[in-house]
Formats: sequence, C-alpha cells, structure tokens
Amino acid sequence: MTATSSRPRFGTTSRAGGQRTGSSYRRRRQAFIAWGFALPFVALFGVFMLVPLISSFAMSFTDFTSRDVQNPFSVGFVGLEQYGRLFANPQFLHSMLNTGYFVIVGIPLTMAVALGLAVALNSGIKRFRTVFRVGFYTPVVTSIVAIAVVWRFILQPDGLMNTVLGAVGIQGPDWLNSTTWAMPAMILMAVWRNMGTLMIIFLAGLQNVSAEMLEAAEVDGANAWQRFTRITLPTLRPTLLLGAVLLSVGYLQFFEEPFVMTKGGPLDSTLSISYFTFNQFGFGQYGLASAASYVLFVAIALLSLVQFRALRSKD
Amino acid sequence: MTTPTETLKTESSRTAMGSHPGRTRPGKRRRRVRPQNLTYVLLILGVVATLLPFVWMLLGSFKTQGELLRRPITWWPEAPTLENYNQWFTTLHIDTFFINSLLVAVVTVLGNLVFCSMVGYALAKMDFPGKQFLFLIVMVTLMVPGVVTFVPLFVMVSKLGLVNTYPALFLPFLAGPLGVFLMRQFMMGIPDSIIEAARIDGASELRIFTRVVMPLCGPPLATLGILTFLTSWNNFLWPLVAAQSQEKYTLPVALSLFSQGQNATNYGLLLAGSVLVITPIILLFIMLQRYFIQSVAATGIK
Repeated sequence: MTATSSRPRFGTTSRAGGQRTGSSYRRRRQAFIAWGFALPFVALFGVFMLVPLISSFAMSFTDFTSRDVQNPFSVGFVGLEQYGRLFANPQFLHSMLNTGYFVIVGIPLTMAVALGLAVALNSGIKRFRTVFRVGFYTPVVTSIVAIAVVWRFILQPDGLMNTVLGAVGIQGPDWLNSTTWAMPAMILMAVWRNMGTLMIIFLAGLQNVSAEMLEAAEVDGANAWQRFTRITLPTLRPTLLLGAVLLSVGYLQFFEEPFVMTKGGPLDSTLSISYFTFNQFGFGQYGLASAASYVLFVAIALLSLVQFRALRSKD
Repeated sequence: MTTPTETLKTESSRTAMGSHPGRTRPGKRRRRVRPQNLTYVLLILGVVATLLPFVWMLLGSFKTQGELLRRPITWWPEAPTLENYNQWFTTLHIDTFFINSLLVAVVTVLGNLVFCSMVGYALAKMDFPGKQFLFLIVMVTLMVPGVVTFVPLFVMVSKLGLVNTYPALFLPFLAGPLGVFLMRQFMMGIPDSIIEAARIDGASELRIFTRVVMPLCGPPLATLGILTFLTSWNNFLWPLVAAQSQEKYTLPVALSLFSQGQNATNYGLLLAGSVLVITPIILLFIMLQRYFIQSVAATGIK
C-alpha cells in the first residue's frame, strides 16, 4: 500500500472526459466540503500560529518596543537596522557561540550514546529488553522543571554527582557556578534527556540491517568492528541523518535547561540564542527580539535543508 | 526509502519495535556467552545511572530538611517523614494545580485529535484549490522555534482579555502542525476504493469521515494523543506567562515558582513536588510504554 497507488482520483481522471458541467460542479462541491473540513484547524492555526509568525517578522524591521503595544501604528520602519544592532551586540554573538558549542558537542555525543544503547539492545539479548527500553526512555517523558529541581541539587559542589566522582578519585567542580563547567553540565543533562528518543529511532533503523549480510561477512572473517562499520553503519545512514536533523532542530532552540538551571549564567556562559531573545522580549525590545528569533529560524531551516539534501543524495 | 505509510504499517505490526521474533538469531550465537554478559553488565550500569536521579529524588522527598542539608550526603532516609507531601496536599493545594494540568491536557488532546483528523482527511482524500499550499505552510511551521511566536502571541492574548483564563492556557495549542502531518500520512494509506464505495452508496463526506475513515485511524490517533498529552503536561514556559494567579497554575508552573520564591532552599518540599509532578506521567508511560515507543518511532521517520 504505497502513496502512489492512491494517486488516480475518481473526480479528476475517470470523469475528466465525461460531462463537463457535472464534473466541475462535483469538483467545486468537493472543494467547498474540503475547506469545511479544514476550517476549524485553519482558523485556530491561522490566529495562533500564522498571525504571530508574521507579526514578529514584521516587527523585526521596526523599532517596536513594549511601549508601542497600545498604538502599534506609531512605530517606525527601520529596515535592517535591528539586524545590524544584533550582530554588533557582543552578548548576542556570545549567545551564538554558546549555542554552537552546545550543538557541536551535544549532537555527536547524544547520537553516539543513543547508537551505543540501540546496538547493545539489538545485540541479541533476550531478557529485560523492555526494562532497559523503559529505563533509558524515562527521562524523556519527565517535566524539565522537576528534573531541574533534582539536578540542581545533584550538581551542588558536595552533591551526589561529586560524591560519586569522588568515589573514583575525581575532584568534581562547582558545576553550575563555573563558567567552564556550567555548559558541560547542560550538555550532560541534554544527553540524558534526549538519548531515549534517538535510541528508539535507531532501534527501528537497526531492523533494516540484513542479518544474512552480517552472517556472510562473519563467515568471510570480518570481525565485529568491521561488520559494524562496513555493514551496519552504511545501512543506518538515513536513520542517523534523520536523528541528526531532529536533534539539531531541538538543540538549536536550546533554552529550557539554562532557564531552569542557571538563568543563562554564570557570566552568560550558558546564554543561548533563544534565551537572549527571551530576555530581549522581557526588556521590551520587541524589534530586536524578533530579529534575533528570525536569525534562529533561518539557521534551523538552513541546517535542516542541508541535512535533508544529504539524506536524499544517496538514496 | 520506504514511504511513511509503509513505515506506519510496520510500526503497527511492531517489527520495528525491537520485539522481533528470534528469527535473526538462530542457535548458532549461543556459544558466545561472554560478550553478551558484558553487554548485560554495561546496560544494567547504564540504566542504573540513568534512573539514579529519580531514585535520589524519591528518597530525598522523605527526608527532613536537616538531613538534606547534612554533608556528606546520605542515601536512605534516616527518619522517613511524610511532612513534605503533607504540606503539598494541605497548605499548597496541589489538587488545584493537578486538575488544571489535567484539564488543559485533556482539552488540548481532544482539540488536536478532532481538528487535525478533519484537516488531515481533506488533505489526504480530497482535491481542493490551495491544498498543496496549506500542506506546505503546515510543514514549514514544524521548524519554527517557539520564541518566534511567543511575544506576539502574548500581546494578542492580552488584547483579547484572556490572560489568566483557561482558554489562554489551551487555545494556542489546540491545532498543531504535527498532528496534521501524522493524520494525513496515515490517511493517505487508506485505500481510495473504500471511500469511493461509500461515496457511491450516497454517504456524505461527514459520514464517510466519522464512520469509515476514523475507525481505521486508531494507531495515529493513539500516537497523536500520547504526544500531545505529554507535551501539554510538561509545558511550562507559556503557562508561566499566561497563568498569573494561583488558581490557574499548572503543576510545572507551581513547582517552578515555588523553587524560585521563598521555598527555594526547602529541598524536601521541592523534591516531593517534583515526585508529584512526574509520577502521573511516569505511571501513564509505564502502562502505555508500547504505544509511547511506537509513537516516537512513527514521528521519527518522516
């Protein structure tokens, strides 16, 4: 049952040569009914998604601030000035670097951990599979606010994390108050929270790896590592790229972890682009904030586009 | 690459869920016992490390403030107390927050199930001008970061006079793009012949939708329902701004505000609150874990 087999439609093809008036009436009637079905969604989606989306785009070319909310027609059009201010703002540049750090370290790390878990769960073990799957997935379903409470506690200088590290002879840092270690702590939390999702996706992908091919390679004398890199990884390529796309859309919007854990500090060391934008909204700098949010949007769209191209190229 | 419909099909037969029958591993493998034991050890260590924060949270919620502040840290509560929970139920009115969270989540789920199925049906099985454009717009908005619409949305909600009302908490989430995508992809896989047969029999589109199409849509509805419920239950940034008095707080908002206010160092209370926030969703997850995991695999493969 593929999407293509459902392509020829009743109203358009089989009746096209028949009675003109009848089929065009039919078509108009169907269009009318179809829009009726779409209407509730279109109304809600239009009001609560498209209107805000377009207004923030428009705002990014104006000097709109919180004082203009009462009469929005007094704002001035300033062209690309907000974008210019943005890229001259050292705090914004810092937030771009932080987001880049989080994405560049966080994505490969999350993918590696998730792939390791998926391969281990797929290696032919029979017992406790469900327990493992549920266990590794649990952090995904839990509220970030609740998680933040417990992680802040765990990451205290003499908390659980450093006690565990101390047991193996490592002197742990004051994670959340160190400009060096706050970001690694955020990345660690993000890996913990997101590895479950990727693990499930990779597990699904691993079902496409041909057992016959693996067996043939084993007979030919390939060792486990060779089988993994020459057979498993190439088969998994589309799934891995998909995982990378999903993660990068999420990780580029990096916001909740610092919001609940560090407030972007210490010294802006965990301030992300989303967080910077949120703060500018808080200061009433709506124009600047809108420009920043659109920079992020474009970055996400571009990265996804590049990854989807890569995904398609070898299929 | 497989089409999304095919993927959904395999998902529903659960071959992709890792619970495949032993066909791929005949008895040959059994002599390799040792590497497997190593895998078990690593997986068990991994799962323990992953769940440790939750165990710590649960144990801590029964400790007294004095014990939580003591160093070196203790594991098992010395004098277990229910005082932290007691405070949530008596003076902090957690039942109100719980009902608010539940109400918002249920309305959001129902809205998405109904509205996204309707538009999904139109997109999958009918021809109308603007169809491609509508679908394109919906797909593009899947990539829009939350901060882009955040403030215009707040300005609009306050202009409508809805701040601190229930509609403000659920209206913006009642019709999301993900649901449209899921429902459309699944409905594309329903054979046209079934629908045509009903049309020839003179059934109206509404009747076909409710009596023929919807009964076939169990799997994507379950997926959409679970994902929407989860997102709504855990959502906190918007309700933090939209709910401004205690009687409208959802659970995460209440917990977040308590953890910043005068209770910021009342660790026992905060840990108990965290346990109360995540327990319902974890119970739900354990009961429905198979569907949860299907839903991830289903949306993952776009």
